[in-house]
Amino acid sequence: MKYADIVHRCFRCGYCKFTSDYTDFNCPAYRKFRFETYAPGGRMWLIRAWLNDEIKTSERFQEIIYSCATCANCVEHCVFTFSEDLVNIFIAAREELVSEGIIPPPVRDFLKNIHVNGNPYKEPANERGKWAEGTSIETYNGQEYLFYVGCVGSYDERAKKIAATVGSLLVKAGVSVGILGEKETCDGNEVKALGEAGLFELLAEQNIESFKKLGIKKIITLDPHGFNAFKNDYPALGGEFEVYHYTQILAQLIRSGKVDLKEYKAKVTYHDPCYLGRHNGEYKAPREILKSIPGLELIEMERNGENAFCCGGGGGNFFTDILGGGEDSPNRIRTMEALDTGAEIIAVACPQCAKMLEDGIKAEELDDKLKVMDIAEIVTQALP
Amino acid sequence: MSDITQSLAEIVGESYVSDQPEEAYFYARDPGLMPTHEPDYVVIPKTVEEIQKVVRLANREKIPIVPMGAGMALTGLVIPLKGGIVVDMKRMTRIIEVNENARLVIVEGGTSQGLLKAHLEKNYPKLRHSIPDSPATATIAANVMIHGQGRLSQQYGFNSDMVAGLEVVLPSGEICKIGSNSISPDWFSKGAPMPDLSGLFLGWFGATGIITKVALKLYPRKKLRDIELFITDREDLMQEMVFELTHTEMVEDINIFTQPLPMIFKDNHHMAIFFTGDTDTELEFKRKMIWDSLDRFIRSKDGGFMGVSPAMKPTLLEMPQRSVSRFADVNKGGGFEYSGPIILVEKYPECAQKIKELAEKYELGYSGMARIIGRGHCMMYGFAFTFNRADPDMMERTRKALHEVSKFALEAGGVFWKATVDEQKMALDKMDPNTLALMGMIKKNIDPNGIMNPGNWEVR
Repeated sequence: MKYADIVHRCFRCGYCKFTSDYTDFNCPAYRKFRFETYAPGGRMWLIRAWLNDEIKTSERFQEIIYSCATCANCVEHCVFTFSEDLVNIFIAAREELVSEGIIPPPVRDFLKNIHVNGNPYKEPANERGKWAEGTSIETYNGQEYLFYVGCVGSYDERAKKIAATVGSLLVKAGVSVGILGEKETCDGNEVKALGEAGLFELLAEQNIESFKKLGIKKIITLDPHGFNAFKNDYPALGGEFEVYHYTQILAQLIRSGKVDLKEYKAKVTYHDPCYLGRHNGEYKAPREILKSIPGLELIEMERNGENAFCCGGGGGNFFTDILGGGEDSPNRIRTMEALDTGAEIIAVACPQCAKMLEDGIKAEELDDKLKVMDIAEIVTQALP
Repeated sequence: MSDITQSLAEIVGESYVSDQPEEAYFYARDPGLMPTHEPDYVVIPKTVEEIQKVVRLANREKIPIVPMGAGMALTGLVIPLKGGIVVDMKRMTRIIEVNENARLVIVEGGTSQGLLKAHLEKNYPKLRHSIPDSPATATIAANVMIHGQGRLSQQYGFNSDMVAGLEVVLPSGEICKIGSNSISPDWFSKGAPMPDLSGLFLGWFGATGIITKVALKLYPRKKLRDIELFITDREDLMQEMVFELTHTEMVEDINIFTQPLPMIFKDNHHMAIFFTGDTDTELEFKRKMIWDSLDRFIRSKDGGFMGVSPAMKPTLLEMPQRSVSRFADVNKGGGFEYSGPIILVEKYPECAQKIKELAEKYELGYSGMARIIGRGHCMMYGFAFTFNRADPDMMERTRKALHEVSKFALEAGGVFWKATVDEQKMALDKMDPNTLALMGMIKKNIDPNGIMNPGNWEVR
C-alpha cells in the first residue's frame, strides 16, 4: 500500500480530532460514531494492523475506512510532519480495498454507476445538460471559460437549480462562458476519494483530452469537488488548466463593479465547503461576496474557516451515506450550529453541502427557522 | 450478538457498544509500550445512569470494567488486563456549571482538557485551570485520577489537589458524592473540613469507581504571559536555583528540560520559567524579580538567561504544548514513553545523569523534563525515550531502559507516577505493611468482586 512506511508514525495523540482551539471534536466520522477507531488516529492504527494481518477485511473495517469524509480537518490539525498525507493514506487504504474487491455495497454501486453510466445517478448522458434549458447559457464553442457543473449539478434536482443560477449569473455579468452539456463527463473527484484510482485516471484522461480538443484553457466550476480535481489532480496527468471556483470569479466581478448589488436584508451564516476551504485554502472569496451585499449580516458559526465542521458529504459520503442517520450525523450537528448563530440562511458554495444541510434542516424540523441558499442564489436576490 | 452485548446495547444503544475485532484491537493498547490485552466489549455511555447500569451488569456478571478517558497515560492504565468492558467516557463532555466568582467548575467525566480550556477562554476570560501538556484530548477526570500535573502545579500542587468535589459510580452501581457536595448543593471542597474521602478514588486508576463528575478549582487568568529560559550546566545547583525562583512567588510554572539535540543543548539544563501579568508593569516587575533571584548564579558564571526568539516563544507558551507530542516522531517512529517518578528536587542531578546513562546504554533518543510541584516540594522528573514503532528491537531497548528507571527511582526515594502494573507491584512490595493492609482493606470493601480495573493496585 502507498504510504505503508508512514502509518506506524501516528502517536494517536488526538489533536487531529479537534479544532485549533479545542472548542469541539471536529472529525465528522468521530462525531458520528464516537469509537476511537473511527477517528484519524484509530484509522491509522487499524490500517497498520490490517497491513500486518492482525485484523481482517471485515465489514466494520470497511465502514471505518469509508467513514472518512476526507474533510482534511486532521490534515489541518495533526501535529506531525506527515500530516499532509493523512487523507491520502486513508484513500490509499480504500484503493487497496477496491483492488481486493471488498468494499461497502454503496461504494460499489457508486463506482459501478460511474463506470457504466458516467454518473452516479444512472441517468443517460443526454440528460446531463438539461439543467441549462431555459437559460441563456450557451454550449462551449471557444468562449473564454468552460463552466463545468459536475454530476451533482447536472442531475440532482436541487443542484440543477443552483447550476442554472450560477450559470445565468455569469452570463448576465458578461463572462464569456460555455458548457459542455451532454458531452460533460464526471470529474472523478469522488471516484478518487473512494479509492478507484484506475477509473479516476480514465475519467481524468478523457476529460483532459476532450478539454484540450475543444481548446479549453480556463475552467469555472460549480462544485468545489470538481475544482479540487482539476486544480490538484489533473496537472499530474497532463491537464494544466486555469481553474476557478465560481465564487472566485463572482468576487472579482463584484469587486470590479461588473455586478451591482442592491440591499438584501438577511442574517446569513456561511458554511465552508471542505474542498474549497481546507483543501484549497479559499476562505475569502465567498465571504467577500456576502459582505458586499448591502443589508446582509454575515454571522460566523463557531467553527469556521480552517476549523469548519464538515457537512458529512465529502469523500463520497454524499453518495454512500455512511455518515448519515441519527442525531449525531454531521449534517444535523452542523445545522444546529448554524441555528445557534441566529442566522436565517445557511449560505453554501457547494451543491453537495446544500443538499446535506437541507437534509439536516428537515431532520431537525427547522424548516420554518432556517433555509439553505447557495451564494449565487443570494446574489441573485440582491440584483437590481 | 452475545447476551452481554445485547444487554449493553439495551443500556447505551446499539451504536455505542462494540464487541468487534477492530475496537478490541485498538482498545487493547495505548500509545506506550505495555503488553496488550483485548477488551471483550467497549461501550460509550452518555449518562451517569447508563454508567450505573453498565457497572451493575458488570458486577452481577463479574465482568471486569475499565474506565477510559483519552488513554494518554502511556503506562497501560486503561488496557483491560483481564478483558471485560472498557467504558470510553468521551461522550460525557458537558461543562455543567462555572461559578465565576468562586472560581469553580463542574464537568462531566469525559470532558477534555482542551474543551474546558476553550470554554473558559471564550466565556470566562479571567479564569483558567491547570492544563497539563498531555494532548488536549486528555480528560479532566483521568488527569486528576492519575494525580496529573499542569501549568499551575508549581503554585497549587498536583492537579488532583485542585479537585473541589467528585461524583463517583461505585462498583455496586451506586452514586457517591465526595466532598462538600455530599451535604450541600455547592461543590467547593473535596474533603475539608470533613474526612477527605477523595483519597478512596484519586490515584486508584479506576480500581475503586468511575468518576462521573469533577469539580475543579479555577485560578486567575492574567492577560499577559511570558517565558524566560535560564540555562545552566550545573545540575548540582538546580535545587538552589529552584529554591530562589520559587521564593519570589512570581512564577507560574517551572519546567527544566535537557536533551541531546540540537548540539548546543547537550549537557545543559534549560529552565523554562513562565510568568504572567495583567499589565506590562506587572509582567516586567516579575521578570525583574526572576532575573534578580538568579543573579548570583549569573555572577558566578554558573548560568545565564538565553534569548527566546519570537519564533520559539509561541511553541513554548502554547498550552498544551503540541511539541510534547511531536517528540514521538523525532526519529520518524511515532513513539515515546516516559517514566515520571515524583521525587525531591534535590535528586535532580542523579536523575539527569541517569537519563543520559540509560540513553547511551540503550542507544535511544531522550528528553529529560522536570516539572516543579509546589514551591519546590517535589518534582516530576520525566525520563522520556523516543522509539520507532516499526523497530521491535528499539521498542525492547526502550522497555529495558524504562525498567531501569523504575528501579532507580524507587532506590532514589521516588514514588512512581501513573505507575505501570510492574511499578505498582514494586511499590506495593516496598510499601509499609500497615499501609498496604489498609489499601487492601479499602479495595476489598469497595470492590468485593474485584471488577474495577482489575490488575491495578491489587494487594495480595
